[in-house]
Amino acid sequence: MTTVDDRPASPPAEAPRRRVNPVLALLRNSWRQLTSMRTALILLFLLAVAAIPGSVLPQRGINPEKVNQWFVDHPDLAPRLDQLGMFEVFGSVWFSAIYLLLFTSLVGCILPRARDHVRALRMRPPAAPKRLDRLPQHAVLEAPAAADAEAIAAVLRRRRWRVVVRGDEVSAEKGYLKETGNLLFHVSLVAVLLGVAVGSWYGWHGNRILVSGDENAFCNTRQQYAEATLGPRVDSADLPPFCLTLEKFEAEYLPSGQASHYWATVTVDHLADAPTRTAGFSVNSPLRLGPANVYLLGNGYAPILKYTDRYGRTQTSTAPFLRTGDPNATEEGVAAFPDANVDPKTGRRAADQQVAFDGLYLPTAPDSPPFVSSRFPEERNPAVVLVAYRGNLGLDAGIPGSVYKLDQRQIDNGKLKQIGDKKLGLGEKWTLDDGSTLEFVGTQPYITISVRYAPGQTLLLVASGTLLLGLMGSLFARRRRVWFRVSPPEGGSPTSGSSLVEAGGLPRTEHPGFADEFAQLVAAVSDDGRDVRRAREGDE
Amino acid sequence: MSALSDQLVTYAILAYLVAMISHAVEYALGNARAVSTKAAAPARELVGAGVGGAGGTAGEPVAVPVETRPGRSGARAALAGRIAAWVTVVAAALHLGAVVTRGIAAERMPWGNMYEFVLTVTFIGVAAWLAVLWRQPQLRRLGLFLTLVMVLLLAFAELKLYVQVTPLMPALKSYWFVIHVSTIIFASGIFLLGVVPAASYLMRSGWEQGKRSFPYTLARRLPAAAGLERLTFMLHAFAFPIFTFAVIAGAIWAEAAWGRAWGWDPKETWAFISWVVYAGYLHARATPSIKRNVATWISILGFLTMLMNLFGVNFFFTGLHSYAGVN
Ligand code: HEM
Repeated sequence: MTTVDDRPASPPAEAPRRRVNPVLALLRNSWRQLTSMRTALILLFLLAVAAIPGSVLPQRGINPEKVNQWFVDHPDLAPRLDQLGMFEVFGSVWFSAIYLLLFTSLVGCILPRARDHVRALRMRPPAAPKRLDRLPQHAVLEAPAAADAEAIAAVLRRRRWRVVVRGDEVSAEKGYLKETGNLLFHVSLVAVLLGVAVGSWYGWHGNRILVSGDENAFCNTRQQYAEATLGPRVDSADLPPFCLTLEKFEAEYLPSGQASHYWATVTVDHLADAPTRTAGFSVNSPLRLGPANVYLLGNGYAPILKYTDRYGRTQTSTAPFLRTGDPNATEEGVAAFPDANVDPKTGRRAADQQVAFDGLYLPTAPDSPPFVSSRFPEERNPAVVLVAYRGNLGLDAGIPGSVYKLDQRQIDNGKLKQIGDKKLGLGEKWTLDDGSTLEFVGTQPYITISVRYAPGQTLLLVASGTLLLGLMGSLFARRRRVWFRVSPPEGGSPTSGSSLVEAGGLPRTEHPGFADEFAQLVAAVSDDGRDVRRAREGDE
Repeated sequence: MSALSDQLVTYAILAYLVAMISHAVEYALGNARAVSTKAAAPARELVGAGVGGAGGTAGEPVAVPVETRPGRSGARAALAGRIAAWVTVVAAALHLGAVVTRGIAAERMPWGNMYEFVLTVTFIGVAAWLAVLWRQPQLRRLGLFLTLVMVLLLAFAELKLYVQVTPLMPALKSYWFVIHVSTIIFASGIFLLGVVPAASYLMRSGWEQGKRSFPYTLARRLPAAAGLERLTFMLHAFAFPIFTFAVIAGAIWAEAAWGRAWGWDPKETWAFISWVVYAGYLHARATPSIKRNVATWISILGFLTMLMNLFGVNFFFTGLHSYAGVN
């Protein structure tokens, strides 16, 4: 692992013939600085440090509500941090600057190394040093089975060494994979970055709630999402046309109330002229439509509330109530009837006669009060606990409000008045002070889905694979050289007739197992370990 | 079954405690000189006597036993060390029993919450330690630090993280659960073990440079610095690709479960940070102009970021990975 030096700061001294342009010199020096290992290391650490605020502070791209909450909790600090991009760390200028510099450094590092490596691959293993006995590994073989240079080379080639024979000398080298792997690894890193870039430029995603039933079907347009993010190269018109209808949602629970199984069944329509089909999906197994994937993120119930106003006109709300975070699936929400109490004679909407109900939905209500939280996440004894309001809902003011909450300002300034509260079980009816009624008819399940198109993921996957392969090559391959020198039989010696072979080995990277490998190699050449005599210096 | 698992954990902690005390006895009795001079060379290597010679034939192999430890206190120290090592084996067996019975009780892989996670990571750490010890017995004295880490982590898990056996929530029901979590656990276990030689190396190299103040004096009887450093590197080089794989597997799973491969969830962010820091360690180690101490400090920093991910993120942040069972 000690093969790689910092690239030399300057090429071997060369007599300067003409004056170097100072700008060019500065540029060249900066480039050298940037591509040095030290700079790369510093940039790596900066990257790690820069990621920390992204985990400590809430991030807009992930959890915008929490960011707003943070602004409320820290009114002084938040705007200043916001200016620094602390709530969008991973898209901030400084985070991008660090990784772009790092990747520039990386490319500047890969290119010359790739060139050197190609050269090394073309080069033949070097000639043997004069004294093989000076090498870390050394052995002398008497009467080996493979007694001439070609036979030794054959043994080595079978073991996949790169071999060259020069007269009585065999030079062999192995472990080019280390550098190949290293380059593959670093190129893969660049490919990963590209994959991420493609995904964020050309991808899009949107989240929404899908209540079951035909009348609640959703079609893939930007307006139909509660929130949507389109990459800079995506236009709203580019969203592929398809519609989804939630047919059924099944959830199973353990006696403890923990969910054990979810399954959503949907009808998919209009997808690239294909016939309508039914499909199911779940957590961990998304619905893959081709142009986009649909992921199941959550679920709940939308109470069906039927309001009959004082003129006898009936309207129905199936607004989804949102989970409060209670494991037993207590939900809260609003059923608003802005068109209530329209005088049938004039047909005019009375702005101060709108009606809304705000409160809780309990899938399993307790048998006795307080009715504040559910006892089980499954519907066993569904009930709603509602507060009725009448007045101006403030929907016309043009201020965007949450559909899951009443406009608190209208309540505060007295334009929206509380007129009573009640718990309603399934099928129960509540008669309000003006004779109008509210009936809790039932519920419809809903699911929260994320629809997402993420190009570049195949590239990411492939690049991750090659990254891993390259990494292993880089870490575990070991570059090493061996040499064999065949001496002709010495005349008159007792071993006359057989030749003497001397071997030497040099690990070029840290390689604790090299002694063993060398011994095995020598044994293979002599085809019989008994005659092997080896001598070597200590490992260090 | 679950109660049996809990008992086994308790016994395992006690056994690690006994092993630690035994290591401490070895340490106290040990003959520092004999250990430090020879321990650098792997035990089964033969140290060549005489280099070169006519045609190399003079170099008859001569075995130099590593444990040259004259004196009675030396012999007693060796005995204490061997006892410590065997008690560690027993403790590891109890530990494994605890992991397995926990899995049987839960009818799933025992990696569903933070308690089970720590239980398994520490087991991997100790199993890897026994493997290292098998190959390189001269490193035995590191067992003192290892057993200390074991006792601390297991006791912490038992006191602070313990939860009853519960089944998995739907989000965890996926074969990616097994792939991602097992590799994370495996890599974490090896990284955990890697800290022991790393910290020992930092103390020992200080000692070898003549520092005689507090933390360095602890290293008086440790194996030679170079060997510790090499072991540190080998463990990290082994764990890093596994960790990389685990992160990739996590991203593939996240794509299926949460609809995006990478979303800078706090766990993901800290995995990224750990990955970058460990990559920094490997770079620093491969760069000759960077001192080995500096590189080793980076590896320790890497482990701190792993700890931050395991404990800090579970306790302080909420994210999608909130299945730790510590609310
Ligand atoms: C995104 C940033 C980078 C990451 C995450 C990264 C990661 C890695 C990893 C994990 C290894 C394997 C460690 C090893 O073989 O010892 C490695 C090796 C290497 N990297 Fe990088 N690298 C990055 C950028 C760079 C840059 C900018 C350079 C050039 C200045 C560079 C030069 C090298 C070299 C020379 C090696 C081989 C070390 C050896 O022979 O072992 N890397 N890199």
